[in-house]
Order: sequence, then structure tokens, then C-alpha cells
Amino acid sequence: MTPFTLSEPQRHLEAQIRWQPVELAFWLATLLPFVFAPNYLVLASQIAITALFALSLDLILGYAGIVSLGHAAYFGFGSYTAGLIAKWGWGEPLTGLAAAAVAAGVLGYATSFIIARFRHLALIMITLGLGLLLAEAANSAGWLTGGADGLQGVRMWKLFGAFQFDLYGTTAYTYSLTILFLAFLLARRLINSPFGLALRGIRENAVRMPAIGAPSPAHIRKIYTIAAVMAGVAGGLLAQTTETVSLETLGFARSADVLVILILGGAGRLYGGLVGAIIYMVARDQFSGINPQYWYFWIGTLLIAVVLFLPNGVLGGLTRLMRLVRSAA
Amino acid sequence: MIASAFGVLFDGFAYGMLLFLLSVGLSVTLGMMNFVNLAHCSFAMLGGFVTVTLTNDLGWPFLASLPLAFLSAALVSIALERVLYRRLYGASDLAQCLLTIGIVFVSVAVAAYIYGTIQQPVNLPSYLRGSVAIMGQSLGVYRLFLIGVSIVITAVLVAALEFTRFGAQVRAAVDNQRMARGLGIDVDRVFAVTFALGSGLAGLGGALAIEIVGLDHAFAFTYLIYVLIVVAVGGLGSIAGSFVAASLLGISDMAGKYYFPELGAFLIYFVMVALLMWRPLGLFGRR
Amino acid sequence: MNALALATRGLDKSFGSLVVAKDIELKLPQGERYALIGPNGAGKTTLINLMTGMLKPDRGHIFLGEKDITALKPEERVKCGLVRTFQINTLFPHLSALEAVTLTVCERRGYARSWWRKLPAYGDAVEEAHAILVSLRLAASCYRPTRELAYGQQRLLEIALALATKPKVLLLDEPAAGVPQGESAELFSVISDLSRDIAVLFIEHDMNVVFRFAHRIIVMVGGRILVEGTPREIAADVRVRDVYLGGTRHG
Repeated sequence: MTPFTLSEPQRHLEAQIRWQPVELAFWLATLLPFVFAPNYLVLASQIAITALFALSLDLILGYAGIVSLGHAAYFGFGSYTAGLIAKWGWGEPLTGLAAAAVAAGVLGYATSFIIARFRHLALIMITLGLGLLLAEAANSAGWLTGGADGLQGVRMWKLFGAFQFDLYGTTAYTYSLTILFLAFLLARRLINSPFGLALRGIRENAVRMPAIGAPSPAHIRKIYTIAAVMAGVAGGLLAQTTETVSLETLGFARSADVLVILILGGAGRLYGGLVGAIIYMVARDQFSGINPQYWYFWIGTLLIAVVLFLPNGVLGGLTRLMRLVRSAA
Repeated sequence: MIASAFGVLFDGFAYGMLLFLLSVGLSVTLGMMNFVNLAHCSFAMLGGFVTVTLTNDLGWPFLASLPLAFLSAALVSIALERVLYRRLYGASDLAQCLLTIGIVFVSVAVAAYIYGTIQQPVNLPSYLRGSVAIMGQSLGVYRLFLIGVSIVITAVLVAALEFTRFGAQVRAAVDNQRMARGLGIDVDRVFAVTFALGSGLAGLGGALAIEIVGLDHAFAFTYLIYVLIVVAVGGLGSIAGSFVAASLLGISDMAGKYYFPELGAFLIYFVMVALLMWRPLGLFGRR
Repeated sequence: MNALALATRGLDKSFGSLVVAKDIELKLPQGERYALIGPNGAGKTTLINLMTGMLKPDRGHIFLGEKDITALKPEERVKCGLVRTFQINTLFPHLSALEAVTLTVCERRGYARSWWRKLPAYGDAVEEAHAILVSLRLAASCYRPTRELAYGQQRLLEIALALATKPKVLLLDEPAAGVPQGESAELFSVISDLSRDIAVLFIEHDMNVVFRFAHRIIVMVGGRILVEGTPREIAADVRVRDVYLGGTRHG
């Protein structure tokens, strides 16, 4: 359909979802580490993976309003899937990643039937419980997962048979960034579709949805499965680029961290998880010398401050600031 | 060590009573305000550290430190309620969740800063140590003491809730907050007082917990899960529910650890998720 | 009398010892405008909740046309054509009016499952939503977020959302609640101009409005239907006058 045939309301909706120059600038900037910070490509790769994980949480929390305290379950499940396949002798990265996606998707689809039945406190408890359940299962199944020692002996083949996962992280960052960008395109497409609008409807007013004939549970099951796939891919990437998997990928701390990252950046705005991941991971890297306990002191303080003073995260705050500046000018 | 089924039952019940003390306050305040307070165990941890400091560093007797554990947790909770919690009544679950997770993070870090990351010892008086033989069973004195304290507190709570004016206000506020406000009950004040009492009980629970489960900086996280299970299974705002759920949890956790040690906490989480799916409002939930 | 659009048979509901609906036999013929009145706490909103599936009745059946819909979920009832609005604005605060109505149209047309093509590509749905907003005189502010709309406009948006589902039966729970008296007549003229394919049952407290717009009136008291009749019959009914002027009114 050409733009000339669009009616005025269509043009209005179109304008809301058009690519902005700042978005292009953002994605171009993600290439800068190759040039200016070649020593930090390993970190950059971790940031891209974390951003992908936060993006997947954004789809369910930011868009559909599903609060989850156990999202690491899908991340860790993908991580172990990718790690185990490589350990058992199939080190091809792309198929391994696909397997992680499928495994996490199956788990996500199975649990989505539970998730869609609950809201509020019960939902928080259920997600927490499911996350703990899986972490504990992985802990008990030491013969499979390596238990507390982590999964050892993960060896990846060359990407496309040509690019070795090197110590500098060049391949890792290229790989992670590409996957992140593809997932982002998918997410962007999805939230600008009628289905995305229905998700925002659930977030805005879950009670009203059935009264306009919307089958909320079906929508929730769908987005939850998609988000689980995305989280599984993120986990798979971590396993493949670090060639190890630890129990921590399933832990409550990881679920809490990704929540903090998303809230810090701003939930429900696509770039929130990405910006949050950059800020959080860079800060953690800078302060990695200090005791991790103190790190959590500042994260806690930050959380309290964000909730009280910056309810829409950094991006929400920036948007508000821009509006103020514009109205003052 | 040969532990009879009775021994496991006894230890489990004592453990359950501990969980009851830790969680009953959260159950009642959640039922009243629907405020998702994930920082409840931070107050318990505070009580524990108060007792550790008083007994180990200042030489107080253990029993004398318990009221202070209660008081300090209650006072700090009043301050936090005024400064932070109150701003988020009626806010989204997510905001409440995040704020209180933030408090947990901060409290864990502060505890680690002051006390380090090691397990804290507690000095029990000699009359609380050892065990006595009752009907051929050897029972830990401290666990008997714990059960006794908990049952007395439960009785006082139930009586206060049933027979005092304040208790009636609490019940009204839990039942139907809007109607309670309509009847002229100052729900915010009732909530603040209940919140302080509940946090105080958690503080007391934290102090009593040291001997049974230990105390370190991560306590606020570790036991949050157990407390949430008790609340989720027992149902919001129900003292009887919390009591039964805590007993069941304590006994089954103890039995699980004894008979199926390789499963770890898996069994408990499984039971929690299954119960929640079966009855999302808990065993005793009404709404 | 036309064929029935909506009917209930022996509908009962109680919360503990509080009976909120007792043996409700309601009959709403196609295309008619019925008013449901009664003192506060009579169970009017509860009845709407029962009929639309937001509450489960203890006993009884609900029929939409010939079809027994008692077992259907709320969204399935909407798909069958039984739609309600809410007494307190129940809208999507951060969606624009256009987005909210487009969402409803998309759900009806089955587009809402599609997640690959972007929303503006569904021109027919957007156009239909826009046309509904134009017909309710909301076009001028349809791009603004719902929470920024004036209160009266939000009341109209409630109706716009309901219309976008293409209802056969529309249950309006105090559509003019909170709207100043002058504007409420305007709002009801919108309602009475609705297509005659839609049967309407509305709850309203303003008797002037009720007597002006309703073809028949159902009076509820204490969870029961006290009487049903034409406005003239109701105006002359001694029992109804007792309910409204006597001591039973409270709260």
C-alpha cells in the first residue's frame, strides 16, 4: 500500500510508528565499540545479550502488564539447552541457538496456560514459584547440569564454519548484536501490529478487554511464549559466547536484575531494556572492583529512587524533559 | 542419628512455628492493603541482628533481647511506612514490588557491611540448651520454648482480633476496606499500627530463628520465599490460615530434607505452585 | 411484541446471606429501549454483571435470542452480540480514542491475532473506528490519549467502544453518570438515535430521562423485579411510588 492512499487516521497511526532518526543513530552507535573500544567487545557482547533478555521481559511486562519475578527460568532453560547440545558434541552455533529457542518456547507455552489464569499478587507468586522450581530442579539434577559447579566442556564450532569465538569477543559481539537487532525488528513489528495494540489494551485495562470481546488469555499465552523464546535465545547466546552455563542463569537474582534493568531504562518503550542494559552493565563493570554487596546497596537505592521519582525510567524521564524544553522554547 | 517420625514431626512443627511468626504480619497487612511487601523479612533480619548485637557484644541475656528485637523492627517499620510505603498505596503491584525489592537489596548490603557475610552465632542461656526426655522421646528444649512462645502469641493475636475494638477494626479493614472507611474507621492508621505489629513479630521471629536456621546477611532473601509460601498457601489476612500453612510447610520441609535430601527445596516449591494453581487464594482464602 | 433479543429465566445470585438477585425473569424484545430503575443496592449493576458473564449466577439461564449463553465467557458473549458499558469509566487511559475503538474493531474482525502487518495497514478497521467516532462527535479529539479527554467525551467513548463490537443488545450502566444535566439529555439522544437493530437496556436515576427515552421500564428492589410496564403504568404504580417516596430508600 502506498502512502498516498492512506486516510487521515491511518496517516496518524503511521506517523506514531515511523522510524525516527534517533533510532538509526542508536543502532549505528552500537557499532562504535568495534572501532573505539576493541578491548571491551566481551562486555559489549554481554550487554547485547542482557538487552535481548530485557527486551523479552518488556514484551510481557511493558506491553502486556504481566509482572514476572521468574523470567530467568526461560533464559536459563535456553542457556542449558544450548550448552548441553554443544557439550554433547554438536557445537554449531546457529542450530544450537534455534534449539534453545524451541526449548524455551515449549516451556513458555506450557507455563503460559498457568500465567494467563492469574493476575496481581498470585501472578507474582506463581512466576516466582515456577522460577525457583526450575532453579532447584537444575540444582538437584547435577548429573545433567553440573550442579553448583556449572556446565563444563562446552565447545563451540566456528560460526558459519569461518569465525572462531575468540578471546577478544569480536565474533561474540557481532553474533550477539546481530541476533539482538533481528529480535528487535521482530519486537518492533509485533508491537505495532493489531496484536500489539491488543497487548497494550490488556496492560491499560484488563477488566475492559473481555467487555470489548477480546480473549485476553489467548493473547497472553501468545506473547508469553514469544517472550520465552526470546529469553531462551538470550540465554543460549550467553552459553555459546562464554562456553559455560552456571546455575545463576536460572536464579532469582537474574530475574530481579532484568526487572531492575527494564525499569531503569523504562518499561513499555522498546528501547527501555536496551538503554537500561547499557547503563546497568557498564556501571557494574566500572564498579566490579568493589564488593558485590555494595553494588546491591546502590542498585537498591536506585530502585527506590526510580519508583518514587522516575516511574517511567530513564527514557520516560528524557521524554518528559524534552517536552518541558520544547514547551519552554 | 536416628530420628523417629515423631522427631521429624516435632522439629518440623517447631520450624513451622518460626515460619508462622515470620509471616503472620505480612499475611494480615497484605489482606488489608493489598500492598506487596517483599521486604517483610528485612524486618525479621533486623530483629535477628539486634539480638546478636545485644547478646554477643553488650552481654545482654537472650530473653531480655527479644522485646528489643520486636521493638526495633516495629519502630523501623513505622518510619519506612511513613516515608516510603505510604506513597505507593494504590500504586501498581509492580511499583510496590520494585520498591520493596529495593529495600531488601539495601538491607542485605547494610547487613553485610556491618556484620560481614558469615553466619552469626547466638549465646543461648543454659536453661534453653540441651534436650529433655518426654514419653521416651528426646525433645530439644529450645524448640519446646519456641513452640510455647508461638502458641502464646497466636492465642494473644486471636483473642485481640476477636475481642478488642482494634481487632474488630482490623477485621473490618481486611474484609472490605471501602466499607470500613465508610464506617468511619481510620484505615490508614489501623494499617500503620498493624504493619508495625506485624513487622515487630517478624523481628521477634528473626531473633528466635538464629538458633534454628542461622542468621546471615542474606536472611531477608532466603526466608522471603518461605514467608511468601506461607502467605500464599494460608490465604491473605487469615491468622488461622497462616498457622496451618506454616505448620504444614515446616513439617513437610523438614520431612523432605530428612527423607529426600537429594531433592533439596524442589518439593516445597512444587507443592507451593501446585497449591496456588489449585486454590489461588490459598487454603483459607475467601475472596 | 417483537422477538426477544435477551431473556433471563429464574436467575438467582447471593453473596453469603445477601441476596442480590432472586428469580429474575427479564425479557427485552428486539430494537426496544428499556430502562432499569430502582433504589441504590437494588441489584441493577449486579444483574448486568450476571447477564454479561462477569458474575456467575447460582441458578437460572440467560438467553441471547434463542441461544442459551449461560455457560459462555464474557468475551464470547460479546462476540454473540451482548455488550455492556460501565458506570465508572472503564477505558484505556494511555490509548487514544482512535486506538481503543480500532482495537475493538480489530478484535471483532479477527485481526487482533495478527502480529506481522502493522496496524495502519488494516485500513478497513481504522476507517470503521474513525466513522464510529465521527458519528459520536468524537472525531476532533480522537488522537488524544483517553485520559486527556473531557469527562463527557469519555462517557461517549464508553458507548463508542460498545458500538464497535456491533452489538445486538446493549446494556448501558448509567451512561450519563456524572454528566451535567444539560448534557445528559444530549447523550441520551445519541442513544435513542442508535440503529433500531440494537435493543437497549439502560440503568438511569434521572426520572425525566427515563420517562422520555424508555419504551418500557423495569423496576428492581432488593434483588427482585418489582414491576415492569410502560412509563405511564409505572408512573401510576403505587408500589413504585412507595419504593421511591417511602422509607425503603437508603444509602
